[in-house]
Amino acid sequence: MSAAVRRLPFSPWHLLLAPTAILFALPFFWMVLSSFMSNAQINQFPPTIIPDSLHVVGWDHVLRRATFPSWFANSMIVASVTVISNLIFCSLAGYAFARLRFRGSSVLLGLILATLIIPFQLTMIPTFIVMERLNLVDTLSALIIPGLVTPLGVFLMRQFFVNLPREVEEAARIDGCSRLGVLVHVALPLARPALATLAALTFLITWNDLLWPLIAINSEDTFTLPLGLTTFQGQHTQDWAAIMAGNVITAIPVVIAFLLAQRTFIESLTSSAVKG
Amino acid sequence: MTTEAAAAPPPTLRQRVFGETPSAWVFVAPAAVIIVGLAIVPIVWSLVLSFRASDLLSPGRSVGFANYEALVKDPDLRSAIGHTIVFTGLFVPLSIVVGLLLAIALNRRIRLIGLYRTAILLPFIASTAVQGVLFSFIFDQRFGVANAMLDKLGIARQGFLGDPDQALLVIVLIALWGGVGFSVVIYLAALQDVPADLVDAARVDGAKRWGVLRHVILPQLMPVTVFLLIWQTLLSLQLFDLVYATTRGGPLDSTVVVVYYIYKQAFVLFHAGYAAAVAYVVAAFLIALASLQFIYSRWSARHA
Repeated sequence: MSAAVRRLPFSPWHLLLAPTAILFALPFFWMVLSSFMSNAQINQFPPTIIPDSLHVVGWDHVLRRATFPSWFANSMIVASVTVISNLIFCSLAGYAFARLRFRGSSVLLGLILATLIIPFQLTMIPTFIVMERLNLVDTLSALIIPGLVTPLGVFLMRQFFVNLPREVEEAARIDGCSRLGVLVHVALPLARPALATLAALTFLITWNDLLWPLIAINSEDTFTLPLGLTTFQGQHTQDWAAIMAGNVITAIPVVIAFLLAQRTFIESLTSSAVKG
Repeated sequence: MTTEAAAAPPPTLRQRVFGETPSAWVFVAPAAVIIVGLAIVPIVWSLVLSFRASDLLSPGRSVGFANYEALVKDPDLRSAIGHTIVFTGLFVPLSIVVGLLLAIALNRRIRLIGLYRTAILLPFIASTAVQGVLFSFIFDQRFGVANAMLDKLGIARQGFLGDPDQALLVIVLIALWGGVGFSVVIYLAALQDVPADLVDAARVDGAKRWGVLRHVILPQLMPVTVFLLIWQTLLSLQLFDLVYATTRGGPLDSTVVVVYYIYKQAFVLFHAGYAAAVAYVVAAFLIALASLQFIYSRWSARHA
């Protein structure tokens, strides 16, 4: 685009982009707005679009009478433990595959990468049986353990360390640093962007997961937010104000994280594309 | 490596058995245990299960190929496959074409562009449960805004997710709203990688905007398009969350897709052996598809 075009007061692209952006964002506004309406305002035809008064009955329901706060806590626990453990174990494994020579490394790496293309529905039945045998069904551990280390994470960290110049590390090695010391004090600080990418991707996948919690969890106390939300909707079909308040609670952490670290999230999405 | 080895002291027995750095195994052990234990073991286990009649909790008995014979004749599975193909056939091309158009529109420096990008990407970040519940509300037959808008326009109210003829199409629409962001992100990144001098050279040669797009930019986007085609297809064939959050397979089983069918067989009806057989057949197909992507990227790397 030449400078002349950029200085035009109005680009015709706005005519396409503005309505499209509104179309994509409007459902979210509607979600937030209706969470502050009364069911009397919502459950009429046509529904109130611009309410003349705001209500907190929906919020009162989900925060005081339903179990949303503890579902929020469960989701937070599962997501944070999974993110932290992925950061640690994927870094360790990725570094070893990139830098260290050991028997069987290429076979093991191949095996790990091969599992990238295994669809979850193939492994979910035996994974459930394993959790059942370990007496972990209906606990948060059942949600955490299968995601402790992900093959994509190992791959991402390995790619990063392979592309990192060796010279920096060699200086530390000569100074008598152990392999673990080099990783912790030299390589990992340099790997901050890769770690942020991995954290964003893991958080997104874990927080949003519905199928595995649906299988592994039975009792309400152990629900995560997506599972709690869909169950709550099934039980309170026309209580839309409360359902939308619950929906806001489920959506808000990822939305805030995305708005704060948009570049990192976009980075993590495109990084999954280069793995081919 | 060889010169280094000549200068280094001879390897100890420990190094000869475990390789140059045996401690490396400590680094990879957690990853190896989890990934092998919860991926490789279940793959084998699923195969064993698929030859058994098992109710998920007890080991059951061997039935030979009976599960596989049954799935070939299962009319419910056939219609689940049909729904999955309809969804995939609509969602994949639409998500790629719309994604490409939006990425081209977003790939410029104008005012508010950051806001536009954020708005279009935001739905993709929200969980499918959020998307599904939100649109169950918007498409609610009695009180939803979708019907209110149709009413304003003088169009008869629709059943949407409650109508067996429309439900799957409405799910495609919701999936597009929530899923096109991924195509946009990937295309935007690829568009920014198109060499600027290539575009300038075409301009100098007198190519019009459309000509530049068709003959310079689109060919450059080919590998990304193949990736998206296969990626979005793999996702579509594994559709589950959105169906669960909107229709739970209904009305009249009109939105039962393959993974929903496997879930129902295994965890609602407790036909674990049969579900494993179905999962195996579907997985074999998906893995073949994913391998295509791998082969293509190898091939295009060699011919680049």
